[in-house]
Amino acid sequence: MSTTVLAPPRDTGGPPAPADRVGRLRRKVLDNLTAYGFLCAALVVFALFSWYPIVRGVLLSFQQVNFITDPEWVGWQNFQTLFADPLFGIAWRNTLLFTGLALVIGFAIPFAVAVVLNELRHAKPYFRIVVYLPVMLPPVVVAILWKWFYDPGPGLFNSALRLFGLPELSWLDDTGTSMISLVIVATWASMGSATLIYLAALATIPGELYEAAELDGANVWQRLRHVTIPQTRFVLLVMMLMQIVATMQVFTEPYIMTGGGPEDSTVTLLLLLYRYAFVYNDFGTASALSLLLFVVLGAFSALYLRLTRTRS
Amino acid sequence: MTVRKERPNRTLLSPWTLEKRSGRIGYWLVFGVVFLLFTAAFVTPLVWMLLGAMKSPAELAQMPPTILPESPDVGAYREAWDFMELAGYFRNTVVVAAGAWLVQLAVCVPAAYALSKLRPVLGKWVLGLMLATLMLPASALLVPTYLTITDVPLLDVNLINSPAAIWLPAAANAFNIYLLKRFFDQIPTELLDAARIDGAGNVTTLVRIVLPLSRPILAVVSIFAVVAAWKDFIWPLLVLQDPGIQTLSVALQRYEEFTPINLMIAGLVLASIPMVVAFLIFQRQILAGLTAGGIKG
Repeated sequence: MSTTVLAPPRDTGGPPAPADRVGRLRRKVLDNLTAYGFLCAALVVFALFSWYPIVRGVLLSFQQVNFITDPEWVGWQNFQTLFADPLFGIAWRNTLLFTGLALVIGFAIPFAVAVVLNELRHAKPYFRIVVYLPVMLPPVVVAILWKWFYDPGPGLFNSALRLFGLPELSWLDDTGTSMISLVIVATWASMGSATLIYLAALATIPGELYEAAELDGANVWQRLRHVTIPQTRFVLLVMMLMQIVATMQVFTEPYIMTGGGPEDSTVTLLLLLYRYAFVYNDFGTASALSLLLFVVLGAFSALYLRLTRTRS
Repeated sequence: MTVRKERPNRTLLSPWTLEKRSGRIGYWLVFGVVFLLFTAAFVTPLVWMLLGAMKSPAELAQMPPTILPESPDVGAYREAWDFMELAGYFRNTVVVAAGAWLVQLAVCVPAAYALSKLRPVLGKWVLGLMLATLMLPASALLVPTYLTITDVPLLDVNLINSPAAIWLPAAANAFNIYLLKRFFDQIPTELLDAARIDGAGNVTTLVRIVLPLSRPILAVVSIFAVVAAWKDFIWPLLVLQDPGIQTLSVALQRYEEFTPINLMIAGLVLASIPMVVAFLIFQRQILAGLTAGGIKG
């Protein structure tokens, strides 16, 4: 097994071939030692901050820790605590609502925008720069900024609504609009990357396909449906998976803008996890929640990795 | 790879349609609408922020808001700088971001080189175990990694309130190793063999031959590293509890409760400037890095 890895020996032998097996073996051992020398820093950080925490996270889900005595095994008790917490169901519902709305708004809009931008022949750099600017802002800045925009009194949005004589909204202060307000911020802040990735994908569609479709009498909508979308299907699928994984872990916006309120309408899974671990110091139950999150999101991530790796 | 090919590739609409009179009118109409929408959606908020920082708290509370500040006062920027002690938080953020960048390169480049060119026994397994960590949502590791940081095994140290608490976990980045290895794989082995015959050791080969050829991918990895460190919030919030070493994001969030609104907005502007300037300078590299991600092969 080990020899097959080394089988294509690029050691051209050097000037006089050593020929004897002892020499070659020594060479092989030395080569491997050098290679692991290059790898050792990575192995240490992965072991300490990735592999070990993974194992520890699973174990913690079934333990109670207090940092004074040794961790105590409690079986499924952490999960029972979680299931008994009314916020657990609420957090799932809220998170799924956020992810769902983010898919409806944040998935469709960047694609539509990219399709339109791709047709424009002027000011392209302007559009590209402007749509990507919010991506460069720290999420905390975006969250605090939008909290100010959402201010029902002198805030930018209600001022604009009043200007046009439209009814005002309570934005973050109303259970009916709080979540969608967060989705709008998150979409504004992140749609730049999706838009530019779609633009890059659209640029690779061969023009002949559109020509052929047009000769066959397909109108714009038919060309969009039968050429553009099938040609970008892979990128669309990958981006959708990425977005699901990212939006289900939403934290910064609710943490800063609403703190989970009003009336728990924006308590997301990560906010609940944060509370269990760092407010109640119940690391066991927090780990149980992490484990559940991992099981759900791991499936999406695995699919994403599989798709991108087999493709390349 | 990038969209730079300005050869008018045929798109959804044919050039012929656009040349017709009706097509031209329609085009400019759509162009105008898109231009206005983009400006309204992405430029207005930023301009509103810039102007807001120059208004007094009383003016900011006015009910039909003023558009331009009545008596523009740039002093708020100075005042915010002092009030929130931004100089220190900027320094902390630079230390965190620069350190995260250096540590990531120092750890991931040699590892990717070893996996790509030295191919040791079990190398494939090591790579597989690293890539497997990509499947984990970052938040699933929050609690166990936090507990590990409070008491690092073997070393027996508590890294809470040390920038290393950010640098080291950031270095365990499988995506970097994947990108770098994939790039190194394309460097012809003959080149390295030639160097070896000339008596170059592995370190020399890596530094003199591989790295100069890998500038594009090093730029991508560097940008990812710095931008991620600058933007990150939840992890620094957890591990940098001492206000003296917090990053800008964590500090802004803490100051938000008790800072006058005009100073807060000025602080937001100041915190945004470095990344926006960096984006305008490194635009091409940043946008190229975007597509280098997982999407394109």
